[in-house]
Amino acid sequence: MENSIKDYKQIKGWGVDADPKNDPTYPMRNRMNVSQDPDSKSHPSPMQHDDTELLKSNERPRVSTVYGTTVPPSGLSGMIRRLAFRYSENEYRHWLPLLVADRVQVVEGILEDLASGTVPNIFAEKGYAMEWKHNRTAFITKMAAIAAVTAGVVVLLTSDSDKKNKNSRKRKGYKKGYRGYSDTHAL
Amino acid sequence: MLAMEYRGPKRVRAVQKPMPEIKHPQDAIVRVTRTCICGSDLHLYNGNVPDTRVGSTFGHEFVGIVEEVGPDVTKIKVGDQVLVPFNVACGECHFCKQGMFGNCHESNTMATAVGAIFGYSHTAGGFDGGQAEYARVPYANVGPTVIPAGMDPDDAVLLTDVVPTGYQAAEMAGIQTGDTVVVFGAGPVGIMAARCSWLFGAGRVIVLDNVDYRLEFVRNYAPCEVYNFDEIGDPVLFIKKITDWMGADCVIDAVGAEATGNAMQSITGRKLLLQAGSATALHWAINSVKKGGVVSIVGVYGPTDNLVPIGNMMNKGLTMRGNQTSVKRLLPRLIDHVMNGTLNPKAMITHRLPLEEVADGYRMFSAKLDNCIKTVLIPPSANK
Repeated sequence: MENSIKDYKQIKGWGVDADPKNDPTYPMRNRMNVSQDPDSKSHPSPMQHDDTELLKSNERPRVSTVYGTTVPPSGLSGMIRRLAFRYSENEYRHWLPLLVADRVQVVEGILEDLASGTVPNIFAEKGYAMEWKHNRTAFITKMAAIAAVTAGVVVLLTSDSDKKNKNSRKRKGYKKGYRGYSDTHAL
Repeated sequence: MLAMEYRGPKRVRAVQKPMPEIKHPQDAIVRVTRTCICGSDLHLYNGNVPDTRVGSTFGHEFVGIVEEVGPDVTKIKVGDQVLVPFNVACGECHFCKQGMFGNCHESNTMATAVGAIFGYSHTAGGFDGGQAEYARVPYANVGPTVIPAGMDPDDAVLLTDVVPTGYQAAEMAGIQTGDTVVVFGAGPVGIMAARCSWLFGAGRVIVLDNVDYRLEFVRNYAPCEVYNFDEIGDPVLFIKKITDWMGADCVIDAVGAEATGNAMQSITGRKLLLQAGSATALHWAINSVKKGGVVSIVGVYGPTDNLVPIGNMMNKGLTMRGNQTSVKRLLPRLIDHVMNGTLNPKAMITHRLPLEEVADGYRMFSAKLDNCIKTVLIPPSANK
């Protein structure tokens, strides 16, 4: 790639916003202490009122004047979120349960879809048509790798369970099938 | 109405949802005519931001036509074509009064470290976004700005976030005439940060990324020096070397939590979410700036449990410098720049899709397919 800039001052707009006073602390140089701001405790009125269940940060005394009402907490994920909001934004106990709740809600979402008679079209929702169109080789490789790993895990688990079953059968066989041997031996 | 809906990591779809309603006297309902997919949306899309609830509608970059206003709305009226800054800001609280519209204290009940953002996680207020046919816009006297006559709506929609964010990144870097500026990340914000660095009088602008088509784009658009960090060895050492072993005067982190380039960071930050995302770009920024230099952070980081809550540092606008962009503060200047041709935002738009194909749009942008830089979604009701 060509990397040399011949004359940067010819670039349209060069330096139009240059200001030697542009110290990198804006807006700190306009700092206004709360004690100097007579309206610091004021808030726009009136308050939004809504029946939606709202989770509130415990780092503030009241809800904000307006708020979003999208996707109120519900189900198991909602229980986890309610628990998380008992703790401040400074706590792992706030953020980590929220991440867990997000994952739980993904499963709840699939169950809700199925309950309402909708089978989620995962292929379309993941936009795989674009991968197929623009990145086919890598996409096929990736899918093949996932399939191989999945198949491998299934085979591994199945063979383990086969072995266990065989061992189990052997052990059971020793008690039952070889009873004759034992009996014979005993004879 | 038709709206994008999040269903889980890397799963979105277009569905029918109820129409938004006026819930506060200062609310407006906007019929969306253009909306973008932002790099910040990818943090949600990948499931990296806590309290991103299944059923949410994303989209914090949108323009549209005012369809309905609450009784206390006086600054805009039904039929106005407006661009809607991505911050939900009251304009009256302690922080808004200082121009920190990105830090409004009266719009987000669920967290104090960040103001509210349209269509972001509930950590940012729980408002539905503009990747829909209609959107509820609170504080309609403050944020929504009538699009000037003669402005292309494609330029206007990029003024809702990406242009101001790139500009503020350069502003926060405290660029002085002749400074060397390094930008990590050649996504739309990094591209605009590089372009705007010249407006502040930079003497040299260098952009690093590992996707060649993005580097080629920014080299032509900004214009600037570009380097693929997969090809230069240690990026920090490289920058020291090309800056006479001093380091850059200013470094801008326009990447955030999704950074590649360090396996350990990727595993612990991006995959296991054991820290606030991958801090690779941040490490490079801090280590490649010169002593006494400035690091400006506009890349988004999550709030989870690493040693330093860098996400909160960025969201609260602390020094080192980082903040959500206060779009409202910057709009007058940026509208001038667009109207007089100094900035040409719409040149970044590479894809235009109907809202119905939102899942394809996200995949294309996320996986960097088809040389995608910026995607605009058009709702079916846009041309009603």
